[in-house]
Amino acid sequence: MERTRLRRQVALTRQSLFDQGFLDEQFIQLEDLQDDANPNFVEEVVTLYYRDSARLITNIEKALEKNSLDFNKLDGFMHQFKGSSSSIGAKKVKAECTLFREYCRAGNGEGCTRTFQQIKKEYATLKRKLEAYFQVVRQAGPAETACWPK
Amino acid sequence: MCSLQSSITRSKVMAGGDENSDGGKTDFHVLVVDDSTVVRMVHRMLMTSLGWKVQEAKNGKEAVDLHINGAYFDLIFMDMEMPIMNGPTATRELRAMGVKSNIIGVTSCTFESAHKDFIEAGLNHCVSKPLTIAMISSFLPDSNNK
Repeated sequence: MERTRLRRQVALTRQSLFDQGFLDEQFIQLEDLQDDANPNFVEEVVTLYYRDSARLITNIEKALEKNSLDFNKLDGFMHQFKGSSSSIGAKKVKAECTLFREYCRAGNGEGCTRTFQQIKKEYATLKRKLEAYFQVVRQAGPAETACWPK
Repeated sequence: MCSLQSSITRSKVMAGGDENSDGGKTDFHVLVVDDSTVVRMVHRMLMTSLGWKVQEAKNGKEAVDLHINGAYFDLIFMDMEMPIMNGPTATRELRAMGVKSNIIGVTSCTFESAHKDFIEAGLNHCVSKPLTIAMISSFLPDSNNK
């Protein structure tokens, strides 16, 4: 019964990530790729994402501190960050990245700085929520292959 | 997408690789060209799950160098924006070298003009990232049978 309760908790936690707009369909694509041979694929990709993008965040931060902003450089960093965020289904992060790139193209430094603060906020929130989700998944143990609703 | 539905799509895609004159299944070699480690990991998993042999390149120059050194791929997925050498430049160079493989442009760019330039560089198709199994199977039938 405990296992059933935990499984339900996994399902509810997962659903809330979609309902609250943190994740999009791409996350489901990752789940579909997970199998017996690669049982932790989703968590591995997410871990790689946070490790890899930490470097990009630092680069963007440094670039934004300069007196004269190099918008091409900023756009380049953000393109890569957006691509990675998109691959894990990070919906809110991706939306803010799109906005940041628009500000880059418009040469709007203030817009870039403001949006970057929002990106960091969404990025950190998602990290917390996903860590909590994977913790519950681990507690619930391996699940049989299922067709997720929606 | 339901897991069952994507399994069915995956089976259809893999079935194409079985139709060879020798009656057996030959390896289908794919090159994934993208500067993002995360994107490469996801695309690799996607294609490995279809039974394909995957190689990666971090930018257009690596992709070109692989071909200069004699590599051949049945299918190439080429990101548009990359440092050192971008997708359109790499595609032009590969075509100029005589590479006839199907090259699929993968882009997150929404501007049509950018897509048009990339296609004119020598792509067979251009799709939006991230890739999905359904997306791959939509243009696969011709490219899977040499």
